[in-house]
Amino acid sequence: MSTVIEAKGIVTRFGKRTIHDGVNLKVGKNEIYAILGESGAGKSVLMREMIMLHEPDDGEIIVLGHNLRTIGFAQAQQLRREWGVLFQFGALYSSLTIAENIEVQLKEYTKLSKAMRDKLVRSKIALVGLDAHVGALYPSELSGGMIKRAALARALAMEPKLLFLDEPTSGLDPVGARNFDKLIVELRDMLGITVVMITHDLDSISHIVDRMAILADKHVVAEGTLAEVLRSTHPFVEEFFKNEYSKEKFEHMFNKEHP
Amino acid sequence: MDQEYIVWEQNKEKTLLYGKGTWNLETVPQIERALKRVPLDKPLVWDVSEIKVFDSAGVLLFRTFYQAFKKRVPVEIVGYTQSQKEMYEMLSSHMSEEIPQRGEGFLAQIGKSVIVTMGDIKGFVNFLGHLFYAFFYLLTHPKQLRIKETVYHIHQSGVNALVIIAMTSFLVGMVIAYQGAVQLAKFGADIFIVDTVGISIVRELGPMITAIVIAGRSGSAYTAEIGAMKITEEISAMRTMGFDPYHFLVLPRVFALIVALPLLIFFADIVGIFGGLVASSMQLGISFDQFVSRLNEVLEVKHYILGMIKGPVFAFIIAAIGCFRGFQVSDNTESIGLHTTASVVNAIFLVIAFDAIFSVIYTELGL
Repeated sequence: MSTVIEAKGIVTRFGKRTIHDGVNLKVGKNEIYAILGESGAGKSVLMREMIMLHEPDDGEIIVLGHNLRTIGFAQAQQLRREWGVLFQFGALYSSLTIAENIEVQLKEYTKLSKAMRDKLVRSKIALVGLDAHVGALYPSELSGGMIKRAALARALAMEPKLLFLDEPTSGLDPVGARNFDKLIVELRDMLGITVVMITHDLDSISHIVDRMAILADKHVVAEGTLAEVLRSTHPFVEEFFKNEYSKEKFEHMFNKEHP
Repeated sequence: MDQEYIVWEQNKEKTLLYGKGTWNLETVPQIERALKRVPLDKPLVWDVSEIKVFDSAGVLLFRTFYQAFKKRVPVEIVGYTQSQKEMYEMLSSHMSEEIPQRGEGFLAQIGKSVIVTMGDIKGFVNFLGHLFYAFFYLLTHPKQLRIKETVYHIHQSGVNALVIIAMTSFLVGMVIAYQGAVQLAKFGADIFIVDTVGISIVRELGPMITAIVIAGRSGSAYTAEIGAMKITEEISAMRTMGFDPYHFLVLPRVFALIVALPLLIFFADIVGIFGGLVASSMQLGISFDQFVSRLNEVLEVKHYILGMIKGPVFAFIIAAIGCFRGFQVSDNTESIGLHTTASVVNAIFLVIAFDAIFSVIYTELGL
């Protein structure tokens, strides 16, 4: 398994507050990898560090073979075209229609003809399950779930090898969330992409996530498949997977571990 | 050069077309050009087995040309892999219809802007209604007055504006004195510079300059503050908790400006006259003593009062428009900028328009 993202000894501080104190993790190619942790554990910050929006105070992050600490401007620009990012609240450009939002990178970075770009935009819109007329609307005219889908379409526009999703299913109805999960798995299988996501969604975790990292106490306290993570006795893991609500979902996993 | 992506050869019965290499976002424009030159006189056999790397752009291109070719000649596709087929099927089943255009004709745009303007006027009347309702409610329930917020805004819009008001009015006073001095010197009527500066500053320029600076400074701030609160749904949150935004946001700002603006005008009058004084002594050699004693003779109190009356009116216009435009902000970031601009432009225009109305009224009354 080749590594797509590797974080080594990440330290992050905001003023005197330390968020990460030596975070290590590895994301393999073609994996759906989840970052879990309680609120304030620094999941979003870690993701922002992976996509070069924030620089860690110490440690190294290697994404698709580039060390983010030493990467040059041109390489960084190239790297930015190889990933797609879905922000938690979509972050669609409010002055552009949905179709223009999806098209914007294609227009800037490729020499595709207008007709070809239109076709790609239409295929992305349909792929994420939106109606054609949505393409002509502005983000302010959309509901939360539609914004999520539109933002995913935009993240996929440049045919990325790597997809970052910040709470992709939060704010979606249960059926919508499961469809979204299915879509992510389909995309992974078909396009061979790697997916890194922050999520709290127990269904996503048990059904689509291949491996995950649990972020707590400023460290990764457990990393691996669900079965591996469940072996951990860290209080957060106990609390998260073995509480009265989630117990049922993971019971079959426990049974495997403790026959 | 195009041999990199496709090659073709022809025999008696058919054309053999081979796709190869990388078909992705980068290469699609070149492949598209090459495909347009494929001869379509005989049945086509298209071999795609050598296309090693592809993404949905590549597959879409293939689909587009496959359909175009099919209309002209029989086409047979050979050598496709499982993953090529999967992606082809996914893209074929996921293709939305044409995205409708949003363009509008010239007439439609005119009609739309008329409707928008009418809506703005109606909305503003509605806003004023709410504002007065809140005001009269406050008269009967004086304890509801948000004193802390009001004082905060007096500080923000009044005290913090002193420096910029001082500089502007000082310079305006100087400019009036300089311009007047040149004309009055021709008639040897040097001392009348005091009348010119004193009366024009106190009656007209002091109130107007102050109001314009405050419209740009505080009017825009009110719009941006309330607009940002609207985008983050803070205003909705306030409403659900039973906090009327007119009591919590609008009235403190209106009261603050009604208190602060007359005080600022008083300050601007003094600094403006001082600017005139400095310029007259430099340009015409009128001493400070001469200037002040002449000012005492000619500057009647009524001029000061007539100027001051405008203060609360201008303050109300600026604060009301600033808040009204803030509430109009819809939930996208661009909207804050548009409404802030509109707020300042409307406020300055109305300040000048009301100043003209005051002039007409004063003249008619013989004041």
